[in-house]
Amino acid sequence: MSAERDLKVVGRSVTKLDALGLACGQARYTDDVVIPGLLHAKILGSPHPHARIVALDTSRAEALPGVLAVLDHRNTPRVMRTTAGQGFPEPSPYDYTTFDDKVRFVGDRVAAVAAQTEAIACEALSLIRVEYEELPAVFDPEEALGPGAPVIHDEPDARAAIPVEYEPGRNLAAHVKVEVGDVERALAAAERVFTRRFTVHMASHAMLEPPITICDFDDTGRLVVRTSTQVPFHARRIVAQALQIPVRMVRVVKPRIGGGFGGKQEVMLEPVCALLAWRTRCPVRLAMTREEVFVTARTRHAQVIDLRTAVDGGGDLTAIDLKVVMNNGGYGSHALTVACNTGSKVLPIFNRVPNQRFEATTAYTNLPVGGAYRGYGATQGYFALGVVVDEMAAALGVDVVDLWRRHHIRAGETSPIFAALGEGRAGVVMTVDSCGLPECLDRGAEAIGWAEKRGRRPRDGSRVRGVGMVCLMQGSSIPEVDMGAASIKLNDDGSFNLLVGATDLGTGSDTVLAQIAAEVLGVGVEQVLVYSSDTDLTPFDVGAYASSTTYLSGGAVQKAAADARRQILAAAAAMTGASLEELDLADGAVVGPDGRPLVTLSEVALHTLYAHNQHQVMGIASHISHRSPPPFSAHFAEVEVDEETGVVRVLDYVAAVDCGTAVNPKLAEGQTEGAVVNGIGYALTERYLFDGRGRVLNPSFGGYKIPCAADIPPVRTILVSTWEPTGPFGAKSVSEIGINGPLPAIANAIFDAVGVRLTDAPFTPERVLSALRAR
Amino acid sequence: MRVELMLNGSRRALEVEPGEMLAFALRREGLFGVKIGCGEGDCGACTVLLDGEPVNSCLVLAARADGHAVTTIEGLGTVHEPHPIQRAFAEEGAVQCGYCIPGSILSTSALLASNPHPSDQEILGALDGNLCRCTGYVKKLVAIRRVVEEADHER
Repeated sequence: MSAERDLKVVGRSVTKLDALGLACGQARYTDDVVIPGLLHAKILGSPHPHARIVALDTSRAEALPGVLAVLDHRNTPRVMRTTAGQGFPEPSPYDYTTFDDKVRFVGDRVAAVAAQTEAIACEALSLIRVEYEELPAVFDPEEALGPGAPVIHDEPDARAAIPVEYEPGRNLAAHVKVEVGDVERALAAAERVFTRRFTVHMASHAMLEPPITICDFDDTGRLVVRTSTQVPFHARRIVAQALQIPVRMVRVVKPRIGGGFGGKQEVMLEPVCALLAWRTRCPVRLAMTREEVFVTARTRHAQVIDLRTAVDGGGDLTAIDLKVVMNNGGYGSHALTVACNTGSKVLPIFNRVPNQRFEATTAYTNLPVGGAYRGYGATQGYFALGVVVDEMAAALGVDVVDLWRRHHIRAGETSPIFAALGEGRAGVVMTVDSCGLPECLDRGAEAIGWAEKRGRRPRDGSRVRGVGMVCLMQGSSIPEVDMGAASIKLNDDGSFNLLVGATDLGTGSDTVLAQIAAEVLGVGVEQVLVYSSDTDLTPFDVGAYASSTTYLSGGAVQKAAADARRQILAAAAAMTGASLEELDLADGAVVGPDGRPLVTLSEVALHTLYAHNQHQVMGIASHISHRSPPPFSAHFAEVEVDEETGVVRVLDYVAAVDCGTAVNPKLAEGQTEGAVVNGIGYALTERYLFDGRGRVLNPSFGGYKIPCAADIPPVRTILVSTWEPTGPFGAKSVSEIGINGPLPAIANAIFDAVGVRLTDAPFTPERVLSALRAR
Repeated sequence: MRVELMLNGSRRALEVEPGEMLAFALRREGLFGVKIGCGEGDCGACTVLLDGEPVNSCLVLAARADGHAVTTIEGLGTVHEPHPIQRAFAEEGAVQCGYCIPGSILSTSALLASNPHPSDQEILGALDGNLCRCTGYVKKLVAIRRVVEEADHER
């Protein structure tokens, strides 16, 4: 890794390539096109949480002038599949078809209409008559798994696409259990055992751009799906699957995306929009309203977590027993993999604890559907672990920072959990090659003023201050599963077109990937023109999820650029007579051993395109990973709790994060800041409210409170640099890990301030007051 | 019905439907920088300036713009000639997905027109109606501080 200390483009905060276009309102999102003859589609949702559709009358809707198509379960193919945009075959159960004769949550899809205007489409929906046979509903996951619960997926064709535990007959969407060592024996022999139950709640991604799809046809009659997605290649496959047409008939194009956070890893609108277009032979637009985003799009899975830990006489942690019951709502999106992650991204941080057990059970219920959400199960797990570690430290009379220091995984070490627990299958054996957690702990503690503030409880009237912390890890891509690919070609002037399947949904991945290519090719980032995520034009990539783009797609870009580099050097050697081994690329030219330019890249391009032995210099590469190197982080929060009102205010927040090499430090900070503020909202204000029949009571930004500008504390990011040998220029991931910290760090800070343990999230004033009264 | 207004500095006449909201009329004119995040006046993505004041254009009837001046993000600057606020947002990392950015920049522009030296609290207060899920608002504050400093240097 000779390049480690001599990077010219990687490690610099270059301006995000699309930022100015976005800031000027000129960048085009899915909806920002004019298509003549565009039809507008709307979806009819169920008013009941669980019901069978006994009769449907769409005749009046069909007769309404301006209505072009009405779809329901009677006139569409029944193809069991999942909406989860995952690798094929998906680990999420095949329990979903585009339209079914049964509804499983309030808002579940009944019918869809395409009409000349949105108003006509809405009127048509009101003309559809549906007769329901209401069925008993169940909302609590533990009740759903118990005897006598109504069976939500009683259809005979619901199945798992891979060999995993799946028993829809008892509402079991997924189950996993692993154990290393002997947990029961360790618990029996322990000096002290700590036991806690946690409830972690549902949440909305609240990306600012609601999901939207526009389907059109090219001039050969192929379907062109312009869509707000994180997974264009999975969307292409699932659209073809749902319509029962060949993949070659579908092109998916991803324009600029208005945020996703996992919410757009779900293929929800595309098949309906495509079916309506296919039926009408007209272009069709289908967009979610904000209310539909809250009710019918995916959510963070709620979990009930039971955590037990054992400590021996020497104060060493000897066992962790983590048991999870997860609420997946009406369909099984990410039912297995999110649950697995609650163990696999959490337990290995304490690899020194010899006895560990993890069991997760995912239940179907009649609530809105869970799905991928930044953090992906680790968010829930770190709440439980972070609070219990704090509790153990207090009970043992040690500083919690020291307790973490004593037990956390280190570079060069492994955890048996890595091998035991993967995503829908066994994991992979791996060692951790880079771990900056010690430095994260030192610098984070210093920045928040840990030594001066912890345990001091300064009081101002009814308001008391406290500090809390937690350590975190995540992963970088799904090892042996995910693949990213890239191609790069040289143009006349020495610029390059970089084509990637990787999907920039606002994160800045186009920029990060351009930086990696530019570094390899010895050019400035402005010489790399990025085009991403068009299934006709770009190579494959699994898409933007599992903290994989910088690490995995970046690996593909590094290889593709190296391929182009070899071709350029070979051409330059032929042009100049220099020996290949002596040549290098720097500053837009091929340079000799003395570093002086021999020929410019433009001269190489003109030569190879026009002069002699003409050919296109073009590199291409695919990349998979055999491991998932964890980024690490230590989070510190200072809060103020008002004992009269129960209001918790975050006063200061420090996130120290080791993401290996930060390819673009400003963008890495931005990922961390956004994740932390999202996490603070999740900890304090964001929550779904339901009536007794599973209806969402607060499906709007007015009722579901995400943080606004005036709410935020100072959020400080400390980037701790390490070198990940398997990553492009030493890089690991950074996008997800930051959201896992605020729940435990704030809960622990509240305890430091006022001495109450909050184990049910979010920490609303009512809950804080009630805990204070029970103190 | 016909609405006459000053749109991004030019005198324009728009044909609008009765009851149509300004956001949708502007988007129909190709001003796609007007974003729709909720259509309920909660998120601020559709913010435009009406006679210099930020409004949620999804809640303002298009007919209300008759005889008034409307500025959208397209009226502030372009990629070839960006406004200093647009440049600062881009360069300071305040733009991630970008969906809230036109509204946030227009709110900033209105703030700085009336208060060229805002405190951090005043800046965050001015952005309060523009929800953002990507940035945590941190880099937006940095960008706006920079605009204020740059303006001071030029004076």
